[in-house]
Amino acid sequence: MSDSDVIELTAAEAVAAIDGGRLSAAELFEACRARAAADELNCCTWVADRAPSGPPGQAPLRGVPLAVKDLFCTAGVPSQSGSRILEGYRPPYTATAVARLQAAGAPLLAKTNQDEFAMGSSNENSAYGPVLNPWDRARVPGGSSGGSAAAVAAGLAPWALGTDTGGSIRQPAALCGIVGLKPTYGAVSRYGMIAFASSLDQAGPLTRDVSDAALLLSHMIGQDPRDATSLAFPERIAAPRAERLDGVRLGVPRELTGGAGGDSGAEGGAVLGIEPGVLVAFQAALLRAEELGASVSEVSLPHAPHALSAYYVLAPAECSSNLARFDGVRYGARVADAADLLDMYTRTRHDGFGPEVRRRIMLGTYALSAGYYDAYYGRAQRVRTKIVQDFDAAFAGVDFIVTPTSPTVAFGLGEKTGDPWSMYSNDFCTVPMSLAGIPAISIPCGLSGADAGLGPGGAGLPVGLQIAGPVFSENRLLDAAYALEQALGFDGSRARA
Amino acid sequence: MSGEGQDSAMGTGTPAHGGAAGGDAADAVAYEPVIGLEIHIQLATTTKMFCGCALSFGEPPNTRTCPVCLGLPGSLPVANARAVHFGLMIGLALGSQLAPRSIFHRKNYFYPDLPKGYQISQYDEPLCNGGQLREIRIHRVHLEEDAAKLVHVGASGRIHGSDASIVDFNRGGTPLAEIVTEPDVRSAEQAGEWLRLLCTTMRQLGVSDVNMEEGSLRCDANISLRPAGASELGVKTELKNMNSFRFIERGIRAEVARQEAILRGGGQVVQETLHFDPATERITSLRSKEEAHDYRYFPEPDLVPVAISQEMLDAARGALPELPAARAERLEREVGLSADSARRLAFRAELGDYFDAALAAGVDPAPPAQALANWITGDLLARLPDGVDPADSKVAAAALAALVGLVAAKRISVGAARQVLDRLIADGGDPVAVVAQEGLAALDGGGEELAALVAAALAANPEAAENLRGGNAKAIGPIVGFVMRETKGRADGGEVTRLVHEQLGI
Repeated sequence: MSDSDVIELTAAEAVAAIDGGRLSAAELFEACRARAAADELNCCTWVADRAPSGPPGQAPLRGVPLAVKDLFCTAGVPSQSGSRILEGYRPPYTATAVARLQAAGAPLLAKTNQDEFAMGSSNENSAYGPVLNPWDRARVPGGSSGGSAAAVAAGLAPWALGTDTGGSIRQPAALCGIVGLKPTYGAVSRYGMIAFASSLDQAGPLTRDVSDAALLLSHMIGQDPRDATSLAFPERIAAPRAERLDGVRLGVPRELTGGAGGDSGAEGGAVLGIEPGVLVAFQAALLRAEELGASVSEVSLPHAPHALSAYYVLAPAECSSNLARFDGVRYGARVADAADLLDMYTRTRHDGFGPEVRRRIMLGTYALSAGYYDAYYGRAQRVRTKIVQDFDAAFAGVDFIVTPTSPTVAFGLGEKTGDPWSMYSNDFCTVPMSLAGIPAISIPCGLSGADAGLGPGGAGLPVGLQIAGPVFSENRLLDAAYALEQALGFDGSRARA
Repeated sequence: MSGEGQDSAMGTGTPAHGGAAGGDAADAVAYEPVIGLEIHIQLATTTKMFCGCALSFGEPPNTRTCPVCLGLPGSLPVANARAVHFGLMIGLALGSQLAPRSIFHRKNYFYPDLPKGYQISQYDEPLCNGGQLREIRIHRVHLEEDAAKLVHVGASGRIHGSDASIVDFNRGGTPLAEIVTEPDVRSAEQAGEWLRLLCTTMRQLGVSDVNMEEGSLRCDANISLRPAGASELGVKTELKNMNSFRFIERGIRAEVARQEAILRGGGQVVQETLHFDPATERITSLRSKEEAHDYRYFPEPDLVPVAISQEMLDAARGALPELPAARAERLEREVGLSADSARRLAFRAELGDYFDAALAAGVDPAPPAQALANWITGDLLARLPDGVDPADSKVAAAALAALVGLVAAKRISVGAARQVLDRLIADGGDPVAVVAQEGLAALDGGGEELAALVAAALAANPEAAENLRGGNAKAIGPIVGFVMRETKGRADGGEVTRLVHEQLGI
């Protein structure tokens, strides 16, 4: 099999090729390794220099290599979370999710670039430079799992691990034209994930298609005695097979789409900052869903418009505490010539953290301060509770909630770095699901912007469709996404050209 | 948490102006100290509060560590179920309300001995609320993790002037129970005595070694003064981190004296955190109210709430031994000891255990309980090095019981019994055998032998005999001494006196 053929294989196809004797695990690893090592998109912060010793044998994933977001701890391998303060840090242990996948036969191929400590929506907040979008190198891949998304889209890796706190798997998957799944909070152990916001962080797959997402997820889930918030998944994750969506009820929340499920969609969506081309692709996907037998109706998530505000109190509050351990005492960077302890702390943290991380630490510290706690943290928690209740009410009437994953296609490098709120708004549709702890998947549903000459050959840039379901609905969610994926027939091969 | 008292109910949330601040009347006023205690107890679990590392007992630095207790990136805490069990036992022993659901918070501050930049502790939903131990009410009991240990390298060994500070993380993450009292303590002596009772209770529960030298118990005291009889509280200060009963008593005494001098001088006590240096008896300020940390408490998102099941409650109840207060009550009411003896035995669990074992040994003749108690707290303890558990000595509880039984049956004299006890301390063994070997059996009071010895003693001490006849009772000394020398102490002093009086006709 030629290298270019190998690169086009999904992970499941590669497993089949290895089983069929058409490909060896070593050949596959080397093809990916060479491509990752020649990375021109700045996807990777570390690439294995050789294939793992010993054949994967009958381990279910057959040696199909895995790219892993930098913030997963990998024993002896740099794990820097995109931050200067952890430059060169090699942990003594491996994160549970990575260890489970290694044990299942997916060796570590590369560590991928990300926004510093997962704080960002464009991957421009990495201390190791921005990642370029393989569809258009002048554009961002999204974030914070931008390196993982771009690496999978560009064929540097068959699949990758990412983490999602407010959209960090789904949004870059959308902007890079691949599949990204944020599982139910607690489904995958957080042990060994360098934390951003503990109550929101969740690991998940970034893959070429829905089948690969199911396959990777099936080997990640499960309770972990090292993570008190991890949960036993109530069932096996099965390979998705649905071809139809008969009887499936899809709900389009008017608060997140401006009524895009109804007649006045375009205007309402525009008010919320949803690009017309994104709305067109979204509405076309809804039509295909109806053709497959689904019903589409408008639903209400009354508190969803407040989700972003609540998120930008809660996540910074948790991060201000989670990042306190980076103090220069035990590991990571430390300024050399500190006058005293306070000077060492102050300058180590000032020099070690980038501006966005510092901004969020300060926001969170403020929100938790005596006298402000109730007004900010307390109120944001109450909003979070309301949002959970909104979803519960909505799922009484529909099976899934659907929205565009991101209001825009991939935007230009540097386009939003001067305007944090505009950058934060990119997570408008993904943050509510994070706050509710429910699973949500993004699948590519078309291209937008061909009229404006965007994308390779002016063919447009990918648009993501987000489908969210109740807690532990992953199997049903994957089935619905699979059926729609088959019907939509999105072709992402141009990102690998 | 031992902070500025948001949760400690030390009562001065509204800085009180209730003290007699004015100078004129102050001289006439008697001041009453109002003291609340916060006690940190290291729990005797096998592993640390939030990770699987074994607790450390003087191992080489940083050998009892893992990614969790070092606060490495990506590590997560998991609460130690045994520590929760111990917390429940403490709550039950103190008569607390056990919260069906309690949660951990993060207490955020930067210090090199705090690897995560926050301490996991409990804040507004602790494991146990309320309770009482003897006369002191308990405010709350909660669980938390200990900090690591800073070692200052350099000439002074102290933080000022040291060349470097290095951190030993062995202690970091050790489970602690913090017991917070209501401000019911009124004197340094009361604080010391009550803390001893608390320690005994904890040791008897088996939840802690409560060894102050090893730092397994540390105490903070919140101290304020008010005019006697006033109900409003004065401005309090917090005396931090005292780790011996004596230092606690001395520290409280010094702080009470300091505050009283301020108030009598017409001044106002300033709310601040203080350090007592036992070497110099000096009290220095660590930080004022204005410099107080804002710990930015918020619920620990890495842990789930502690939900107490009926099973956990039953297990904690089933593990409770007899506690000192109950034991003192039993020894007094049922065994018939004096209140003082009952307390002395009950509040040192090892003495109570030894006493119970001796009484249960079933020796014949049986020792009277009070006499047995006196022998244990008197002669036996006096012969043992400080703090040694009599059970670890060569004197078996049954042997002491037998010895006291012999004395009570007048089979040996008290003096002879003390000689036997000396032998038992040195070599152990059976007191009956020692009595036989040494020929220490009491001389028969009615026998010829003792009467003859008394006559010989009178003959040898004519002057003393004369003085006795003349009414000087003290003159009997040389006569009794003669008999005791001759009998090697086997004679019963009372019987000798009776015979002297009989033979002299007085």
